Amino acid sequence: MSELETKERIQPGSAPGEDVAFEIIGDGDFPTTDMSLSIGPAHPATHGVFRIVLEMDGERVKRATPVIGYMHRGFEKLAEYRDYRQIKALVNRHDWLSGFSNELGVALAVETMLEMEVPDRAQWIRMLMAEWNRILNHLMFIGSYALELGAITPMFYAFRERDDIQALMESATGGRLHFTYNQVGGLKIDLPKGFLQESRRISTQVRERLPDYDDLVLGNEIFHGRTKGVGPLSTDVALSIGVTGPTLHATGVPEDSRVTEPYLKYGEIDVKVPVGENGDAFDRFYCLLRRIDASLDIIDQVHDHIPAGPVNSKLPKMVKAPEGATYVRTENPLGQLGYWLESDGGRTPWRLKMRTPSFSNVQAIPHLMEGALLPDAISILGSVFFVVGDIDR
Amino acid sequence: MNSALVSPANHAVAQSASVMDVGDGFLLPVLLKIAFVLGLFFVVPLVGGYMEHKVMGRMQHRRGPVEAGPFGSLQLVADGIKFIQKEDTIPRAADKWVFAAAPGVALVPAMLIFLVLPFGPGVFAVDLELGLLYALAITSVSVLGVLMGGWASANKFSLFGGLRAGAQLIAYELPLIIVAITVAVQAGTLSLVGIVEAQSTFMLAGTDINLWYVFPQFVGFGIFFVAAMAELSRPPFDMPIGDSELVFGYMTEYSGIKFAMFLLTEYGGMITMSALMVVLYLGGWQLLPGVPLPGCDGAGGLFDCGFLGTVLGVAVTMGKILALVFVMVWARVAYPRLREDQLQRISWLVLVPLSLLNLAVVTVFKVVF
Repeated sequence: MSELETKERIQPGSAPGEDVAFEIIGDGDFPTTDMSLSIGPAHPATHGVFRIVLEMDGERVKRATPVIGYMHRGFEKLAEYRDYRQIKALVNRHDWLSGFSNELGVALAVETMLEMEVPDRAQWIRMLMAEWNRILNHLMFIGSYALELGAITPMFYAFRERDDIQALMESATGGRLHFTYNQVGGLKIDLPKGFLQESRRISTQVRERLPDYDDLVLGNEIFHGRTKGVGPLSTDVALSIGVTGPTLHATGVPEDSRVTEPYLKYGEIDVKVPVGENGDAFDRFYCLLRRIDASLDIIDQVHDHIPAGPVNSKLPKMVKAPEGATYVRTENPLGQLGYWLESDGGRTPWRLKMRTPSFSNVQAIPHLMEGALLPDAISILGSVFFVVGDIDR
Repeated sequence: MNSALVSPANHAVAQSASVMDVGDGFLLPVLLKIAFVLGLFFVVPLVGGYMEHKVMGRMQHRRGPVEAGPFGSLQLVADGIKFIQKEDTIPRAADKWVFAAAPGVALVPAMLIFLVLPFGPGVFAVDLELGLLYALAITSVSVLGVLMGGWASANKFSLFGGLRAGAQLIAYELPLIIVAITVAVQAGTLSLVGIVEAQSTFMLAGTDINLWYVFPQFVGFGIFFVAAMAELSRPPFDMPIGDSELVFGYMTEYSGIKFAMFLLTEYGGMITMSALMVVLYLGGWQLLPGVPLPGCDGAGGLFDCGFLGTVLGVAVTMGKILALVFVMVWARVAYPRLREDQLQRISWLVLVPLSLLNLAVVTVFKVVF
């Protein structure tokens, strides 16, 4: 078989732009080539349509290039054609695992511009829901990250908890994924009867079951072998890229806007931010898992604080934000979510810029993957927690 | 040599007769044996597969298959029918003949091992004098099919999978063979029936307590178990398949009946490897060490059984095989996947030295006592 034929046989499916260069080593008898391996857009590890082109030298990654945009839906532009009531049904779809937290950000932005006082009860309930949403999100990633490392069981365990929590949130909001529970000035509707008792029960139950994940995943020797020292992210790089959330906490920086710039009533309660030391995949996962504990602590505190009273304010038929601009940042499950809302006084925003955590976090992937082995590359891909819709919007 | 550790040298005529050697003709026993091997190959792996479905389901808060057949027991049969109906695709760039031959090359050896495996008193097709050698040799042929499939698919993921499978096989074949040799040394025979028989007469030195080889050679048993899982690419050693990184490794481009053949190879491999472990370490169809099967008059209660004893013997073997399959499924549920280099390190730095040490120790004891 001639060399040309060999090349054609190894590289039959090279897409345009993925050209292959032969590199001759030794005395030239043995031509080797870097292989470009396209992980995605449809690949089991990318859970979505994320694509990453790896240049491989055997099993070692020489360069990793994320290719984003396969799921671009133009949310920022769409938002310019919707009024504030409609936008919240739009934004809870960009990071579909953190629907409540997303719509909370928009509501806060509009309320800030209107300088509106939101009833206390609404604020506490928003916190409660945001934390439950955070747990939902983290459970999903605990399951999917273990799945990427080849462990199938934690996913089912995580869904056991998720089902209970989703049923709880459904009882109040009517939604299981896209809640659309916020509105400018408060909430759509008050909590149903018995909600808090049920919330307390599930909080205890999740807390009792959390050690399962410690045993099954975090304490597993193979899990240690696959994650410790894999893809360490340095604090400098993380800060320069704008990485936030558990990925940043793993590097030892406890930056969390619930603490550093409290919104809602987070200033009145005790918020713990678990941090890691080395910034490797293990620490990222550790932070994610411990954040569930922290969220449960918050939920328990909120249960004791929720006052009686109205949950929404009287609003004009059409809410119009006054002329001007504001930036609101909230701690979403995956990191900092920022909305830059600019209004010309009309019924729709003039511009709604989204600063999504996943978009910033995936910037770290090329740094982390360089020089890693292929299995480690997947381990890294899974440990930089992202939602593809949140990257592309 | 101590008389307590009787070597079955007096059984030099280890060629025991199969229950299928009926009549004086040539054709009837051969046909019976062919039916026996095919029947085993197509039925027992399905039982193992069904158990995997159900056990995994129960361990994961699911129920597993429930619709197809009673308690979902026909799920794999339904899957098989589905696979046959599916379109058989061959990638345009694939090496067509190699691509098409690969599943067969993997499947046939997995079937041929059943030829020598003893499932009960007289329940085996042939008792080769070199049965163990034959079983180990023919297992290694399967990987050829995997390599062929990985190469011929013209897919980068398949290529990775095939190469990993090749590397993994070389690394784990070695400890597997060394510990198997150790058993042969202790038994003094390579015949699988002979090894079972030797275990029934193996006594704890100086006493008349009957022991299976798993007790003196627990290290060897552990190594064999780990190496067998690695050879079969069972999780946590499923790097060649690695569905979250290599999509499905060497099977990525396969569909329909060819994919089903690879799957059947895996399930068949689980059964044959477990059966080998039962024969080598767990006393074959012996119920408990030193307890003869009811109805058996032969030496150690292993041979010359009536109908009841034979059925019981097969049931005991199957029970032990399924118990081992259960442990393999358990490992799959409980563990994440190892990385390829960690896997190699375990083999070359831990398993190979340990198995050599095991061989040395067993040999010395065999000579001394």
